[in-house]
Amino acid sequence: MQNQEYIIQMKDIRKEYFGNPVLKGVNLNVKKGEIHALLGENGAGKSTLMNILFGMPVIHSTGGFEGEVTFDGNITNIDSPNTAMHLGIGMVHQEFMLIPGFSISENIKLNREILKANIFSPIIGEQAKTLDFKKMDQESQVSLDTLGLNLKVQSKVEGLPVGFMQFIEIAREIDKKNMKLMVFDEPTAVLTESEADALLKAMRRIADSGISILFITHRLDEVMQVSDSITILRDGEQAASLDTKNTNVVELAEIMVGRKIENMAQKEEQDTSKEVIMKIENLVVDMPGEEVKGVNLEIKKGEILGIGGLAGQGKIGIPNGIMGFYPSTGNVTFDGKNIPLNNPAQSLKSKIAFVSEDRRGVGLLLDCSIEENIVLTSMQIQNKFIKNYGIITQIDKKTIRAHALDMISNLDIRCTGPEQLTRRLSGGNQQKVCIARALTLDPEIIFVSEPTRGIDIGAKKIVLDTLVELNKRLGMTVVVVSSELAELRSVCDRIAIVTEGKIEGILSPADNDADFGLMMSGDYHKIHGKEVG
Amino acid sequence: MEISTKKVISTLGIPRLIIITFMIVLCIMAIFLKLPLNDLLSDTLVRTGMNGVLVLAMVPGILSGIGLNFGLPLGIVCGLVGGLVSIEMDLTGYTAFLVAILVSIPISAIVGALYGYLLNRVKGSEMMVATYVGFSAVSLMCIGWLLMPFKAEEVKWPIGDGLRTTIALTGRYDKVLDHTLSFDIFGVTIPTGLLLFFFLSCFLMALFLKTKTGMAMKAAGDNPRFAIASGINVDKQRIVGTMISTILGAVGIIVYAQSFGFFQLYQAPLMMGFAAVAAILIGGASARRANIIHVILGTFLFQGLLTISLPVANKIITEGNLSEVLRIIVQNGIILYALTKVSSGGD
Repeated sequence: MQNQEYIIQMKDIRKEYFGNPVLKGVNLNVKKGEIHALLGENGAGKSTLMNILFGMPVIHSTGGFEGEVTFDGNITNIDSPNTAMHLGIGMVHQEFMLIPGFSISENIKLNREILKANIFSPIIGEQAKTLDFKKMDQESQVSLDTLGLNLKVQSKVEGLPVGFMQFIEIAREIDKKNMKLMVFDEPTAVLTESEADALLKAMRRIADSGISILFITHRLDEVMQVSDSITILRDGEQAASLDTKNTNVVELAEIMVGRKIENMAQKEEQDTSKEVIMKIENLVVDMPGEEVKGVNLEIKKGEILGIGGLAGQGKIGIPNGIMGFYPSTGNVTFDGKNIPLNNPAQSLKSKIAFVSEDRRGVGLLLDCSIEENIVLTSMQIQNKFIKNYGIITQIDKKTIRAHALDMISNLDIRCTGPEQLTRRLSGGNQQKVCIARALTLDPEIIFVSEPTRGIDIGAKKIVLDTLVELNKRLGMTVVVVSSELAELRSVCDRIAIVTEGKIEGILSPADNDADFGLMMSGDYHKIHGKEVG
Repeated sequence: MEISTKKVISTLGIPRLIIITFMIVLCIMAIFLKLPLNDLLSDTLVRTGMNGVLVLAMVPGILSGIGLNFGLPLGIVCGLVGGLVSIEMDLTGYTAFLVAILVSIPISAIVGALYGYLLNRVKGSEMMVATYVGFSAVSLMCIGWLLMPFKAEEVKWPIGDGLRTTIALTGRYDKVLDHTLSFDIFGVTIPTGLLLFFFLSCFLMALFLKTKTGMAMKAAGDNPRFAIASGINVDKQRIVGTMISTILGAVGIIVYAQSFGFFQLYQAPLMMGFAAVAAILIGGASARRANIIHVILGTFLFQGLLTISLPVANKIITEGNLSEVLRIIVQNGIILYALTKVSSGGD
């Protein structure tokens, strides 16, 4: 029954984390010697699927998974990363796991060194054998040459360009004799264009030598260029399995994004003549992992603007830069006034509020009560909730309590009372406390970064509804930054897509899926060949 | 009844319950060994009051995020200078005591601010740096004490230059607080004035923590990134915390000295920071969390253990001069235990 043609077949894989399904019956079939691309947005289930493939402990400690894995024609139970390694499944990591002070061949052969006997080894045993550097170098050189890399294996890893390190990682994997399937997890993310090109060529060479490759990426043009077949995941479901020759970039983008939920409220036609409330010019933010490299954006009064894009492209850096948390340059005018950058207090005083994506790290004082969390910023910035006795101030407990109770009932924060520590709240309720704190500032514009990250579906809806409500009832300008495109499309008036630190374009939620997909993968301009937005 | 017991346990925490139980056992043993329990309890109360302010000095340090202020000796030497000035001015009684405090506050405030700047440069390893700042300050002042131009007979060595190692306060303000409004109950002397001064300091601290600055300082210590996001100048708040901690160290040593009856110069302040750190940790604080209850409870338990355990141990092992050895073992044992609780908050 099992097909010998396939190196790995994963059938009807289901997995849930704490009752929250992340994989809902996914099939993955990779043929021998082919390059198979695995596509999907952040959170589509790619990493979970890979964790299952590698038998990662996180899978088994959360109740295992359902489905069947067939490797090389035999049904296998991959229960630990060790098993996966013995079967011949290898992984090229996104972070390089190399020892800088070792030579390339030492790194390649680490823990699989070739040994030779010496005068002590017959007595002491295996541990006392000497390394056979000559042979190690020879074999490593062969692996390195397979990749088409012109480099001596004796040189130290230290000081090599990033791209080369990636190749050494790969060389280490293909040097393993039993290697049958290699997983490349976004290998081109850190590479320059020419390095990426070389890598794709190397992948093709590896595949030709009989090793199958599973290629995880979101760069669609690379997929088209190098892969033989494609599986697309969306929201834990298998959206499609295709042969590369029968498809094109636009179709892939469309399938990848898909339309997941209906618009919660049908929007009235946009009034395009709305005045611009905030103007961002050439904003550069040095936020590690989310660098912004020159963003120009106009935010209109009273709109809900979405900022979308894939993780690490810089969308989160935009609000963080405007609020002055990370060193930034550029020009931001709000309501006709220039906002000095790198000065959080000034930004807050200008009635700009921000709900951080890092709820526990930035958003909350975990060991303080809900009420203290809610009023603290406003107290420091606007001197509210304070009684003055000459030079001595005291906090105004009564007003604080009243305000906190108000917020708790308005935002439906589920808690035992305003004195409960925020540490004890669930993610959704913590998020509501963060929003309550921002609202206490009585802002004219509110930036909300990843508002629904890590909270359950019910709370998600309440948080999103709250944002829409604020916008509608109070006319507050809301900017939502989120990796979840479906979410943005359900609440926003306009959506700006950020790719590689810049605004790739601005779309309306009603625009078609292909445009969204292309913009997120940075292929929009290549296809349409024109500037937008 | 059961609920209230549970509540007591959860507020106190198991370690405190064990220590309290141990103290009660010690008290019972003291009775069996025919030691004067009432004297021991009086001593405990006095020592709680005299050390209390020094322990209270830990609170602003912890809350502002610099951690346990091992650099307390810095404040202590400032207090000593203030104390010596009041003797030099030939004052007595409450006037002398208050002048000593008033003189030491500006000195310690300036020193504390500079110390705060230093600690802002070494974020992440404040406690280690603070320890050595304390040591260095004490060593530096060893030279300082030799050079300071004090003229008063009681302060200077009778022959040669420099100040005495111990300066008696008899006739100045020896036990002014202890004797104020003190009374006996069941043979236990209550040092009312001393305890009142301690509680007043605690009350003022509690008030400060509820001011705008106090809230900002707490936020800066609890979560610096949150504080930045709320427009709080974290470095400034840390300096404020360090300053207040240093000032309390200065005031604390004057209170300590009036009870003890002597100012001790040179090497004496060296380890005083450790005792204060141990006391607040035993009270249930951690390097990031502390409140007034931790101060009061911790000081009482730490000083109580020291006061009661030593005579009991001496009575059981009567060999020669074991008492000093035992004192060191017990005190450092308690400090060691407390330090294991730095991160966990004694729970």
